[in-house]
Amino acid sequence: MMAATLPVDRSERRFWWLVAGGGLLLAIGLGAAWYMEHHGHIVTGMSNEVVWGTPHVFAIFLIVAASGVLNIASMASVFGQAHYKPWSRLSGVLSVAMLAGGLMVLMLDLGRPERMVVAATHYNPTSVFAWNVLLYSGMFAAVLVYLWMQLERRMNRYAKAAGVAVLIWRFVLTTGTGLIFAFLVARQAYASAVLPPLFIVMSLAWGMAVFVLARAAVGGETDADLLRRMRNLLGLLVALVLYFMAVYHLTNLYFAKQTAFERFILLDGGAYPWIFWIGYVLIGSIVPMVLVSRATATARTLRVAAALTIVGAFAALYVFIIGGQAFPLEIFPDYEVTSSFRDGAIAAYAPSVPEVLLGLGGVAAAFLISVVGMQVFDIVPARAVEAD
Amino acid sequence: MSDRETPVSRRTLLAGAAAALAGVTLAPGIRLIEVAQAAAEPGKAVSSKVRWGLLIDVGRCVEGCNECVLACNRENGLEGGTRPTDSQWIRIVELKDRRTGRKAQAPVMCQHCANPPCVDVCPTGASFKRADGIVLVDRHTCIGCRYCMMACPYKARSFVHEPLTQQKPDVPRGKGCVESCNLCVHKIDRGDGTTACAEACPTRAILFGDLNDPQSAISRRISEVRTTQLRADLGLDTGVRYTGL
Repeated sequence: MMAATLPVDRSERRFWWLVAGGGLLLAIGLGAAWYMEHHGHIVTGMSNEVVWGTPHVFAIFLIVAASGVLNIASMASVFGQAHYKPWSRLSGVLSVAMLAGGLMVLMLDLGRPERMVVAATHYNPTSVFAWNVLLYSGMFAAVLVYLWMQLERRMNRYAKAAGVAVLIWRFVLTTGTGLIFAFLVARQAYASAVLPPLFIVMSLAWGMAVFVLARAAVGGETDADLLRRMRNLLGLLVALVLYFMAVYHLTNLYFAKQTAFERFILLDGGAYPWIFWIGYVLIGSIVPMVLVSRATATARTLRVAAALTIVGAFAALYVFIIGGQAFPLEIFPDYEVTSSFRDGAIAAYAPSVPEVLLGLGGVAAAFLISVVGMQVFDIVPARAVEAD
Repeated sequence: MSDRETPVSRRTLLAGAAAALAGVTLAPGIRLIEVAQAAAEPGKAVSSKVRWGLLIDVGRCVEGCNECVLACNRENGLEGGTRPTDSQWIRIVELKDRRTGRKAQAPVMCQHCANPPCVDVCPTGASFKRADGIVLVDRHTCIGCRYCMMACPYKARSFVHEPLTQQKPDVPRGKGCVESCNLCVHKIDRGDGTTACAEACPTRAILFGDLNDPQSAISRRISEVRTTQLRADLGLDTGVRYTGL
């Protein structure tokens, strides 16, 4: 690979513009986090009912997609798909970047972010959160080792072994993220064993969508065969998410005690059913599936499908995380209840500006790490396809 | 440097300084250990032989009364606000039977579970259960992740959304941490033998006591009447029991 094949662009100027733009957005996000930390969560839309809000939607999207974007690395290094080989390193860098961005949002949303070190010094082995601390840091390590094996010619022969380790770790990590919710026995929205597999397929689909867009942004033509493969894969994965989402809701509907919740989320819960059906099911799943299934689909169609998949991801997570908490806990099943603490009432929530900015700050951090990573390391086969 | 002979050799000076430093740094520590040992006198240590709990008689809880809530707020320095972002350690839940329309009301607070989900999920172990069954939050290790609030089946926990002022010395609280009913642990530890809510209830609908002592009033009452645990299906073995539901 020649030194001239700079990833972002040959022009240094464009690189610095991208760094400046990403840096500005990151700075705004950090400012929002400082504002939340200084005034307390009173300046957010979160409350004692909706305790996890918009930052968590962003963070979970980034973390889940960070695992899924490694589809490319797994295809190349584990399943020996030569078409994906040139792009496996980019997928590794994107993964590290999104994981860092997602974790940044999670940490800065803490009530006491300055106590992050406590999470390392005080470890509760029964907490899924604590497991995830290990899973996330292990993921960093596994992907960095994988990248090393890829980038260092002498280590190339270990790339497959590292790829297998990464693949296993991805499944465990997304299982762990799903378990954060699956273990919440008390809440109608979450206590379900379907959640870990749902999170696994979500990660596969959403990470694929992120990769499609990142690959397009990097530039260069893609050969028709890779394009076709990515189209098919994205369509299949989006369909799989829709399938598991259907299983999750259908199993809930079967349990009499869950029907009130399902009615709320799917039918009469204000904005949530709209966001679910229009945002996630229609715009985020059916339209992308139709787009990629057409024989005439082009690279541009694939990009649109990927972008819509990401829109659908945010819609799905918003309904799942925030809608799931908005529905009241059932403490007295045989009674209608009211209280000063809003027992029995649907919780109100509206995303606040600082929350959204913090979430976007996480995206900016991921963007910045990706852009710098691409510039510093020789990871993108820019023009490689044309050169071939 | 001067060649003059110094009255005290460098070695002696260093040794003296080291001894003084050791004295200054270690002595308070040794003194603290003495204090701590004094406080942990036999008979005063928290023991799992005791399990503190409450029995709430819903039939005695009078419509419109919220003396227990006011007493809790006074005792623990809560502001008493009822916005969705305000802390409420105990609240009166008004109940209406879906089939019969029968009305009742009951206070709900942390149920001090024997198997508390909040303790299971807390990443740092800040949520913990004391040997005597009281579920507490360690304000020094709570990082404010709110996972315990997601896990609690009773909506018993509040997150401190704003800076606080005028806190009670016995009840440390802080912005960015999660908190909930502590069963007036400071009153129990100083031997009051009751909680603020139980003390304040004009109809004695809240009975405090040791669930492990068969001779205690609460245990005798539980052996006489049918009591229920909220969300008994979860198998959490709550320390707060209800009768008359």
